[in-house]
Amino acid sequence: MTQLILFNVFNGLIVGAFYALMALGLSLILNLSGVINFAHGGFLALGGYMAYMLIPYIGFWGALVAAPFLTAFIGILVERVLIRRLYGRDPLYSLLLTFGLAYIFEDGTRFIWGAQSVPYQVPDWLMQPLSVDYFFLTGYRVFMMLLVGVAVSGLFLILSRTRLGMRIRAGTLDLETVSVLGVNVRVLRNLNFGLGIYLAGLAGVLAAGMLGLSPTVGTSLIMPSFVTIIVGGLGSLPGTLLGGLLIGVATGLTTVFFPSASEAVIYIMMGAILLIRPRGLLGEEGRF
Amino acid sequence: MGAFNNKRTADAAVWLVLLTAPFWMQWIGGYTELGSRVLVMALAAMSLNFLLGFTGVLSFGHAAYFGLAAYGAAMTIKYLVPSTPLGMLVGILVGTGAGAVIGAMIVKLRGVYFAMVTIAFGQVFYFITFRWNNVTGGDDGLTDWHRVPIDLGFTKLDILGNPELFYYFILFFFALSLALMTILLRSPFGRTLLAIRENERRARFLGIPVERHIWLSFVISCFFVSIAGTLYALLNNFVDPRALYWGQSGNFVIMAVLGGMRSFWGPLVGAVIFVVLQDYVSSHTENWESFIGLFFVLIVLFFPRGVLGIFKRKVAQ
Repeated sequence: MTQLILFNVFNGLIVGAFYALMALGLSLILNLSGVINFAHGGFLALGGYMAYMLIPYIGFWGALVAAPFLTAFIGILVERVLIRRLYGRDPLYSLLLTFGLAYIFEDGTRFIWGAQSVPYQVPDWLMQPLSVDYFFLTGYRVFMMLLVGVAVSGLFLILSRTRLGMRIRAGTLDLETVSVLGVNVRVLRNLNFGLGIYLAGLAGVLAAGMLGLSPTVGTSLIMPSFVTIIVGGLGSLPGTLLGGLLIGVATGLTTVFFPSASEAVIYIMMGAILLIRPRGLLGEEGRF
Repeated sequence: MGAFNNKRTADAAVWLVLLTAPFWMQWIGGYTELGSRVLVMALAAMSLNFLLGFTGVLSFGHAAYFGLAAYGAAMTIKYLVPSTPLGMLVGILVGTGAGAVIGAMIVKLRGVYFAMVTIAFGQVFYFITFRWNNVTGGDDGLTDWHRVPIDLGFTKLDILGNPELFYYFILFFFALSLALMTILLRSPFGRTLLAIRENERRARFLGIPVERHIWLSFVISCFFVSIAGTLYALLNNFVDPRALYWGQSGNFVIMAVLGGMRSFWGPLVGAVIFVVLQDYVSSHTENWESFIGLFFVLIVLFFPRGVLGIFKRKVAQ
């Protein structure tokens, strides 16, 4: 029993790390540009399929590095051509546009790579369990947790230490002033969007190795990412991280005791949070 | 005076078209059930627009209440009493009740945050219907039931075997809902909702209890969308979890936007275009989703005011 609970808590942490990685990207875009990127899951799937295409040529490690960057590049293009036109308009329109993009991504990946999940090669030595007693601790899972940790630390370092990060944070608080101070806000939003999509792409490459790769992989992760942001607190990136891990573990634990509610539990958590603390765990008061 | 007459004429024309639809639909390649579907979807989109266009609140999760009402009606007819009116009543109560509870939880949120929470909440009910196999039929949907003819005492309404009669049955509820909506929108309450849409802060300073009004508007909107939901279940003699999926919510929003969300008839126009297009495209290609996605993108980029919005602007010029 203890092992079962440990197994599911660990599983939950991994899933939660995905939610967090995806929700951090969503949050970045939402905070600076006020756009709910419904197509985020589509970008995630795209990242996975990019890696799948690249692995035969540049191997797993090469794809791990290259695929997120390629995805981010496509994200930057999409922002340039489509999403940029909708800044400052009613959020309804960006929501509908990215909603349409999500449809196109899902159907497009199905059209190109088929509806069935495709085989995805992870190096053999990574798939070995690290310990006989704790069979679920495969190298890949531990490696994934580490990588998510590195990515999140990297993101926070960028935001707190670099000029770009400082501008993103400042723009989140008051974009107009940042613009008046001579920062090119168009470029800033564009890069910020790319950064968010990079995280989605990375999550996609990692998720493909664990959840398998099918056109619906992104759609199944987008709703929990919304819940992550709401539970963690809108506008707070540490909150988003915390929210992701929390709902991941909650899902894991519910799987042990009441498996059929494992999907619904996160929405119940969201409802509870909204009742007790509408701004979310670490959200700032009065911002939304 | 001219504008007033124009509006009257337009209203009369719309009702005339709806009333005579079963007689001319076949000539232009339609069929009665398509007309019924248009009415149901139009009612849902207009219900949403009560909130979206006339209160200025963006709900992206209306499929939840639509689908809950559909399940409420279907399950009542299947498990409890084989009665169409009773099924509808239960469905409407379930959908509106859920709207009232969830509305109370989210009424303080605004803008994108509100939209995001409505989307996420919609998924709870989706998962419940999806997972609760032995009662809801899970992914396969709720089958083995059908709408029941209504015995009025002096005559029997065979809405099951006579599709034209069922069309008028739906049209009856459509007209009733629209009449109620019109009365509400013309009342002081409706004017207050418009005031909140135009300038929430000013409305608040005038002493209007904004949260209570938004909650009421949300519940009213859920009430009407529940009516549409029960009719949807009756129309198909079947419900499945897709009726509650967020894709469905998105469809309602796009219908309202496509037709023009600032005009009363806008969502009806949007629903006609959407349903007819869906019927046509999905019978010709498997890539309906890409098509609809592209459709969303194009509308947002080139058609944000909707069909009637453009028409209105031309008249104003």
